[in-house]
Amino acid sequence: MSTGDDLLNVEVDGVPMKAPKGAMIIQVTDPAGAYVPRFCYHDKLSIAANCRMCLVEVEKAPKPLPACATPVAEGMKIFTRSDKAVSAQKATMAFLLINHPLDCPICDQGGECELQDLAMGFGGDVSRYTERKRVVRDKNLGPLIQTDMTRCIHCTRCVRFGQEIAGLPELGTTGRGENTEIGTYVEHAMQSELSGNIIDLCPVGALTSKPYRYSARAWELRQYDSVAPHDCLGSNVHIHARGNVIKRVVPRDNEEINEVWISDRDRFGYEGLNSEDRLLNPRIKQNGQWRDVDWDTALNATAEALRAAAPEKLGALVSPTSTTEEAWLLQAVIRGLGSNNIDHRLRQRDFKLPYAGGQFPGMNTALPAVEAAQSVLVIGGAPRDEQPLLNHRLRKATRRGANVGYITARQLDLNYPATQIVTPAGSLAASLAGVAKALTDAGASADGAATALLASSNVSEEQRAVAASLRDAQNAVVIVGSGAQTSAEYGAICAVAALVARMAGADLNILTDGPNATGCWLAGALPHQGAGAGKVSGAGRNAAEMLAGGLDALVLLGVEPGLDCAGGDGALGGTVIALTNFASPELAQTATIMLPIASFGENEGSYFNIHGTCQSFDAAVKPPGDARPAWKVLRVLANRLALTGFEFETVTDVRAAALSAIGTATPLQAAAVDLPAAIPAAGNGVALNTVVPMYAGDPLVRRAGALQRTGHGGDDNIRAHSATLVGAGITDGQTVTVTAGNVSLTTTIVADDSVAPGTVQIDAGRVATAPLTAAASVGLKAEGGTNA
Amino acid sequence: MSHHPESDHAAGDGQLSSHVREVIDHWRAKFPEGRQRSAVIAALHAAQHENNGFLTSDIMDAVAGYLDLPPIQVYEVATFYSMFETRPCGRHHVSVCTNISCMLRGAEAIVEHVERKLGIKTGESTADGRIFLKQEEECLAACTGGPMMMVDHVYHEYLTPEIVDRILDELE
Repeated sequence: MSTGDDLLNVEVDGVPMKAPKGAMIIQVTDPAGAYVPRFCYHDKLSIAANCRMCLVEVEKAPKPLPACATPVAEGMKIFTRSDKAVSAQKATMAFLLINHPLDCPICDQGGECELQDLAMGFGGDVSRYTERKRVVRDKNLGPLIQTDMTRCIHCTRCVRFGQEIAGLPELGTTGRGENTEIGTYVEHAMQSELSGNIIDLCPVGALTSKPYRYSARAWELRQYDSVAPHDCLGSNVHIHARGNVIKRVVPRDNEEINEVWISDRDRFGYEGLNSEDRLLNPRIKQNGQWRDVDWDTALNATAEALRAAAPEKLGALVSPTSTTEEAWLLQAVIRGLGSNNIDHRLRQRDFKLPYAGGQFPGMNTALPAVEAAQSVLVIGGAPRDEQPLLNHRLRKATRRGANVGYITARQLDLNYPATQIVTPAGSLAASLAGVAKALTDAGASADGAATALLASSNVSEEQRAVAASLRDAQNAVVIVGSGAQTSAEYGAICAVAALVARMAGADLNILTDGPNATGCWLAGALPHQGAGAGKVSGAGRNAAEMLAGGLDALVLLGVEPGLDCAGGDGALGGTVIALTNFASPELAQTATIMLPIASFGENEGSYFNIHGTCQSFDAAVKPPGDARPAWKVLRVLANRLALTGFEFETVTDVRAAALSAIGTATPLQAAAVDLPAAIPAAGNGVALNTVVPMYAGDPLVRRAGALQRTGHGGDDNIRAHSATLVGAGITDGQTVTVTAGNVSLTTTIVADDSVAPGTVQIDAGRVATAPLTAAASVGLKAEGGTNA
Repeated sequence: MSHHPESDHAAGDGQLSSHVREVIDHWRAKFPEGRQRSAVIAALHAAQHENNGFLTSDIMDAVAGYLDLPPIQVYEVATFYSMFETRPCGRHHVSVCTNISCMLRGAEAIVEHVERKLGIKTGESTADGRIFLKQEEECLAACTGGPMMMVDHVYHEYLTPEIVDRILDELE
């Protein structure tokens, strides 16, 4: 921070004030409340000084100076509203309006347009310009962003965003003079996972939201604070609704989390709310036929089914998109009925994370500290797809000179330089153990047990380099990606990651699925502990055990079994009661009772993010049809079951009870994790890597039309390295059958050299691939060929 | 440095001759590490010279790939400067200066004469591919000899319709 020596004396509009040395005039006038008009300047982007709107008068300067690009100097007297400043600003405005069309009445930006606002403040009433305006052909930037390039004023915010923030320069300034255009030159859809932010950055109506287009006016919308429902960071958003319809989602500033950005998934995911299979009424299946019933009937049938089940054969699966209040109520209901069979770790296959419990798997490193880290190691997962704004922080860290390393079962497409140690699925822990061994070789203290554990680990040059980088860094960070949860060696990965973190003096961070896995954990949606890590008598069945079948009654809270879980829904028997937003054909097949619940923007509650920060939100709109917030459904259900302690009137009452049961939330510390029993060895057969595609992770995003059209929703193909194909005598594009135990999938195999050799890769969140997602290794057979 | 993610789809540097690659290497070496954007102009000059005087997206992608840059940053340079063409054009490049000194000395009549003689407008090429009449040129710094035009990098000054006819007729 500035000390006295770093401060200069300046005067803004006659008011003396201190300004930090090196600051631009606009960075001094903004906090001082002296508004200077601007288009190209943006706090988070480099300074371009090309719009010239921010001209101000500076004493002794012969001409007005651009406030965004003029550093302050000792004794500088700045006038933002003097005749000279205002006439310069008006002249600039006249130039900017020369080619800008007067189509505000049909422009989506109308009413929230920086150009419109500043034209009101600084424009003339009558144009002196009588010549013809130029016309610029629109560009097709894909399904998310609509262009009206004639409106562009060439501020280049979108161009700088691509270079500096997205790390994927896709837009540029082509041509010159009057023929200057913003575009991609060669037509292609924007590929960045953060591309939607250029809609907010664009000060005019040149770049607008395609899904939102022509559907509302800014002044008809009401703005509600909310929390993004797709990843564990808890990005802050505004929901904009007209009447009872959510029209769009935009970022809400929070420097600690999302800064001023949100991912495309958080921005456009709301489209899924209007999916055709949205469930609007409670439904009961009788003799294989679904019929709509009223809530009374449905809740009585539910209560009856739950009472009829033997406690040890009663279970519940909780989606990590559920609120903390819902998770807490459901675990209280299940435990009230005498069962501990409840879990939210739906994609997890291995639950052997060796530590005493209490602390939740989460992040110890705050996001601004990730950005300041000097060395980062990520094991498993792909933050760029899974937590785009964490990836953004990692990218910023590399721009400050940090080394980022990945241990991964597939070569990741990154937007920054990183060392990637690509290793077959099933060998991530072993590869990580190589890094641990390198740390001991370099003198890190390790007790006898750790030395014995690592005795047979080999160290490659890459592992040695990653270890050296972690050890030498002042701030080192170890991250277990959320994608690692689909690994059969997940517990060992976390445990070795903790060992590496201890030896390197790094923070341990474990990422999870969905927006509220932390809240579900803390609220006790776990088989082995209750809310606030409360002790339970005899651990219940975990998610994998429940998905294996054998229950009398199973409650699904926001879960689509085949798509959100490891393994298909074929094994689920008994009475399945689905509290759900959507009634997919697969769920209709599995479930016996379907209860419609509120989704994103319709619900009220709170999410704990991966750092353990609790963020509450209210509903922006009412849920459609007869759908109700799940907390109300669960509360009434508890009453029907004659359980005590459920006398809640509002969600605030539920929250107060849940939070008091939860107590303090502390992320899992590296020191609290024991050593793994052993380093898992690679199994027989071809290892299977299950990847959750960027837009396939939860029921809402799977139904978001525009996001699905980007092609990041996954497919039914199986992928393998070309060397793996050669070894198996299979050719690219051939039809193959993949077998694991008693399930199999016949599909096309695609050669993809990003997949680690000896590994095949499938996408999760797809009906076709669902049965395979619980497998660790598979057999591969070409149609009409031989086993491999 | 890692390979730039956006240049992955580039056509590769197979499009570039060994001479062009040598020229690019020569220019790239003049700038500090990581500042290879500075070599784009020289790279495009060399690449355009070997492709009948114009650039294709494939060539620009190849230059981007060779310099490890996002292709859009090469497109920006190629479309900005008047010495780069991004569409097929005639063999001989003719550009008439119409800036103020030449204009005062009758440049507009010269442009009109050329257009009438060749039967094309500025920015077009003759059907036989012989002559490309570039856009009206900005000042080429030969004000003392206006009106002037540049034909294949050679200046011709004190133009009259007769001189223009002679020069253009001599072009193969």
